[in-house]
Amino acid sequence: MANVAVAVAEVVLEVADLCTDFAVGRQTIRVVDRVSFSLRRGQTTAIVGESGSGKTVTALSLLQLIEPPGRISGGTIRYRGRDLRPLDETAMQQVRGARIGMVFQDPLSSLNPSLRIGTQIAETLLAHERISSAEAERRAVELLVRVGVPDAAARARDYPHHFSGGMRQRVLIAMAIACNPEIIIADEPTTALDVTVQAKILRLLHDLQQAMGASLLMITHDLGVVAALADEVVVMYAGRVVERADVDRLFHAPLHPYTRALLDCAIGLDDDRSTPLTPIPGAPPDLRRRPAGCQFAPRCPVAIAKCHRLDPPLLPMNPGQDVACFVAQGDADG
Amino acid sequence: MVTTSLSEPAAEPNAEAIAAELGTVDAPVIATRRWRLAAFTRDRAALVASIFLLIVCAAAVLAPWISPYDPNVASGQLRFAPPLTPGHILGTDEQGRDMLSRLLWGGRISLLVGLVPVALASAAGLVLGLVAGYAGGIIDQLIMRTLDVLFAFPMVLLAIAIAGVLTPGISTEIIAIAVVLIPYVGRLARTATLGVVAMPFIEAARAAGASRTALLARYITPNVLPPLLVYATTLIGLMIVVGSGLSFLGLGVQPPTADWGSMVSEGREVLATAPFVTLLPGLVIVVVSLAFNFIGDGLRDALDPRSARR
Repeated sequence: MANVAVAVAEVVLEVADLCTDFAVGRQTIRVVDRVSFSLRRGQTTAIVGESGSGKTVTALSLLQLIEPPGRISGGTIRYRGRDLRPLDETAMQQVRGARIGMVFQDPLSSLNPSLRIGTQIAETLLAHERISSAEAERRAVELLVRVGVPDAAARARDYPHHFSGGMRQRVLIAMAIACNPEIIIADEPTTALDVTVQAKILRLLHDLQQAMGASLLMITHDLGVVAALADEVVVMYAGRVVERADVDRLFHAPLHPYTRALLDCAIGLDDDRSTPLTPIPGAPPDLRRRPAGCQFAPRCPVAIAKCHRLDPPLLPMNPGQDVACFVAQGDADG
Repeated sequence: MVTTSLSEPAAEPNAEAIAAELGTVDAPVIATRRWRLAAFTRDRAALVASIFLLIVCAAAVLAPWISPYDPNVASGQLRFAPPLTPGHILGTDEQGRDMLSRLLWGGRISLLVGLVPVALASAAGLVLGLVAGYAGGIIDQLIMRTLDVLFAFPMVLLAIAIAGVLTPGISTEIIAIAVVLIPYVGRLARTATLGVVAMPFIEAARAAGASRTALLARYITPNVLPPLLVYATTLIGLMIVVGSGLSFLGLGVQPPTADWGSMVSEGREVLATAPFVTLLPGLVIVVVSLAFNFIGDGLRDALDPRSARR
């Protein structure tokens, strides 16, 4: 995709060394560990990783939706150069929905069952704009048209349980884009949907993002989604970024052993059935008892002694590709 | 839930069990107004109960106009006239007062004692439960432990204690019952709030920039209210029984004012010779309480998404 554009597009959101901790009993576990990436205008960035790799917590941290016992413990989240972290709850309410819209994973339970669809979208508009509720309801119908809900005027008066999963996800997308945010975060937006619906929702997200010129942060474990939509990919493992690369580089020249293993796990349509799938041996570390050094080292086929002692820093290797791996960085001095 | 025994009027309603039964914890109520009504009217028992209660309430309200005699004054020489006596269709009591008139006037008190304390306690319990469930932490602990203290007393004993401290009368009775009910409603409201707050749509609303006020008013309360409404409805029947119990013990309205409970109480001495004096008001209490329970059941089914038929 547009590799040239990546270099020039303006950075809208810059996340640096973001840390989020959760208190479990007397222990504090670091779920998001020094995560850095940036979102560029009109571009799609995907965060990929296994369940529990800290993808969703990263997304929620951007909006400061982390509830106790969780806590954002470090780093900066710069939106247009201004750090969002010192903002209080009231100030963050002005950012959420207005500047950064979010689409959630489970469309079935992400809508208030007791509010009509139109009213629900209107609530988001009313939270951010000084308009009458009649005007908000009217714009809600427009938004439903825009996200492809047929017979929008009538359906705006329905309740969520009258909608199918795919239609509910369209409604959630309408809520996320209601105030023309510059950033849309989509947390596994298609995981709970039928395969046939997934493609339509992804297409819709992509088209809206292009039309709005917004940045899309796509959180997913589906490499197919990444290949189809993303410009840049952030690979997370055990709460850390292990590789960050332009999408072409990531698929054709992955540097981190974990990225390679992840790609080997993916099922392609033209795969020969005789080639067995290659699952990654072992399991992600227990965050309460993180191993020293590289978190992937215990499962890594190419780990060297140093990997078990020291954290590999995330360093640029090629233009548009950073990796956190001693071996990939050519450091073979065990 | 309904019991005819007046000295032991209430099986203690367990708010948490009811919350679980109502399904508030895992799935908040999902319904449209249109089929809420449709589902409710499809439930024959609830429909019949509602019509019956409407008639009973209308009769009580209209008592000053439709009651054939003064409820507190003996009408002629007839004492213990059996039901169907000409002029006294439900008979007369030990003082020769017309039973029908006393039942009509008594309904005004008994229904009031059923409805008002439940309404008061529901409002107070809803606020306390919402605050406790939403705020959490120390505020939650403070509210819930206070309610637990009230909980520790048997329901009727506490009502008797409160009513006993204040001067007997209908307002005392209402206050006593309302105070006793608050922990039950409060606990249910808190449980329901916790269930709703954990739902993804709350996080989604926050992500869309909803303020705390908007969350409480538009997202949490509307989803806590339906199970509370169902619970309150079943409580009304129960509280008529409790109120009758207080009157029976002389802690409610004072003679000669009639309420259904005091009528049962007055009739007990002549139970062997004129059983209808006790049985008639007793029967009314049972049937009215049952009717409220049927309505509660009907509401629960109508508001439960899992019973949704379209």
